Amino acid sequence: MRDLGLTSYLCCCMARAKTLLKNDQFRLTLDRLCYEIIENYPAVNEKCIIGIQERGIFLAERIAERLTMLERGSKMNVGKLDITFYRDDYRIRTEPIKASETDIEFDIDGKDVILVDDVLFSGRTIHAAMAALQDFGRPSKIELLVMVDRRFNRHLPIQPNYTGIVVDAYDEAYVKVEYNHVEEEDKILLFSAKTAK
Amino acid sequence: MSQSQLSTKHLLGIKYINTDDINLIFKTAQNFKEVINRPIKKVPSLRDVTIANLFFENSTRTRISFELAEKRLSADTVNFSAASSSVKKGETLLDTVNNILSMKVDMVVMRHPAPGAHHFLAQHIDANIVNAGDGTHEHPTQALLDAFSMTEKVGNLKGKKVVIIGDVMHSRVALSNIYCLQKLGAKVMVCGPPTLIPKHIVSLGVLVEYDIDKALAWCDIANILRIQLERQDIKYIPSLREYSLYYGVNKDRLNRLDKEITVMHPGPINRGVEITSDVADSDHSLILQQVENGVAVRMAVLYLLAGVRG
Repeated sequence: MRDLGLTSYLCCCMARAKTLLKNDQFRLTLDRLCYEIIENYPAVNEKCIIGIQERGIFLAERIAERLTMLERGSKMNVGKLDITFYRDDYRIRTEPIKASETDIEFDIDGKDVILVDDVLFSGRTIHAAMAALQDFGRPSKIELLVMVDRRFNRHLPIQPNYTGIVVDAYDEAYVKVEYNHVEEEDKILLFSAKTAK
Repeated sequence: MSQSQLSTKHLLGIKYINTDDINLIFKTAQNFKEVINRPIKKVPSLRDVTIANLFFENSTRTRISFELAEKRLSADTVNFSAASSSVKKGETLLDTVNNILSMKVDMVVMRHPAPGAHHFLAQHIDANIVNAGDGTHEHPTQALLDAFSMTEKVGNLKGKKVVIIGDVMHSRVALSNIYCLQKLGAKVMVCGPPTLIPKHIVSLGVLVEYDIDKALAWCDIANILRIQLERQDIKYIPSLREYSLYYGVNKDRLNRLDKEITVMHPGPINRGVEITSDVADSDHSLILQQVENGVAVRMAVLYLLAGVRG
């Protein structure tokens, strides 16, 4: 696990965005995550990878694409999960949120499911995602993969099984993961505040 | 960026919401349509919300549709119908509603025979109000689900031609449909016997046609309304048989057209009067899709209204 704790803590004080990881390094991290999955599921040739809307789906696409390359012949089920309707703060949050598409075309009953999100912050999204998944069936196991784990900002006792990088930053800081198939290049950015993005 | 919350806390009529609101409702309804086609058709979004369904007028479809929508959002619901209530004992509308609200109800879905009853309530109470039909005035959720079903079938409604056929005078569906379709950029025509077309309807910017064959030849989509005998205090048409002869949509009429048109009906259908069975049950008919979409659209309306702040 790549630990960027100290650097990111310091850069939080600066106003401009800092790049924590990009291009080759980003892809190395992505590869490591894929190998970790293969290591954990050597005999399973049907993987269920579900990205959480909105930005987790891009990471899920990348992970699935890389896994298909590494493991020829294995079947990859990739889904999208929107958790808007499962949020527990819908009526109390100040900013309204917009729902996105949910698209899970495969059966998750009795399967091992890997939930994918870009940044793990409070853990509330994952909490809602697990509730949402139960409406699609009863997976035998749910694991969590995140690109960025902001481990000191958790509100719920939720930990990832696969972590790209760890970022320790103030609550106000904002971490964004960009992908070369969506934005121009693969990178992870740290902003001092969400409005600065 | 398009808006993510409605511009109003009540849905009193389509007249009072804007095009962005309509598009937001459609976008959200699409997501809910996916939800109601899941094995477990329920999300916990409104589990902290209590909704009262007040029906001062009879309803089957709308009432069941609203109730299903509420249950699929995990809201708590209470039902009320005028037939079995204190209204019969002389209680006023405001007193009835205030009594219900003092039991901590967050939203009111109401159908009332008096046009404007919802506006009156909105001035006096805090809860979100959804109009489920007020007399011959508006029936906004029906118009939304009609337009939503149309967009599913033909895509963007801009420039599309829609004709509303039948008892336009007594139909709240017609008025809401006109507002909704015009806000989405469609061209609207009304067609029916002159006695059932309101005199000043052209001031809404709609075309008027009394010959149904010309109207059908003009349109892409025909929305056919029921003859509302229960609202007609005098004879507007000589007989249902004559109406069906001159204004009934049947296979012959549709076969004579050089194109295929989509046929809709808000229900309940009087088979053999305004529409024949072979048309109502054909592939061109959206009638059952309308009913399915009704639940999704109403879920979207309730969900979005519950999320409006301030």
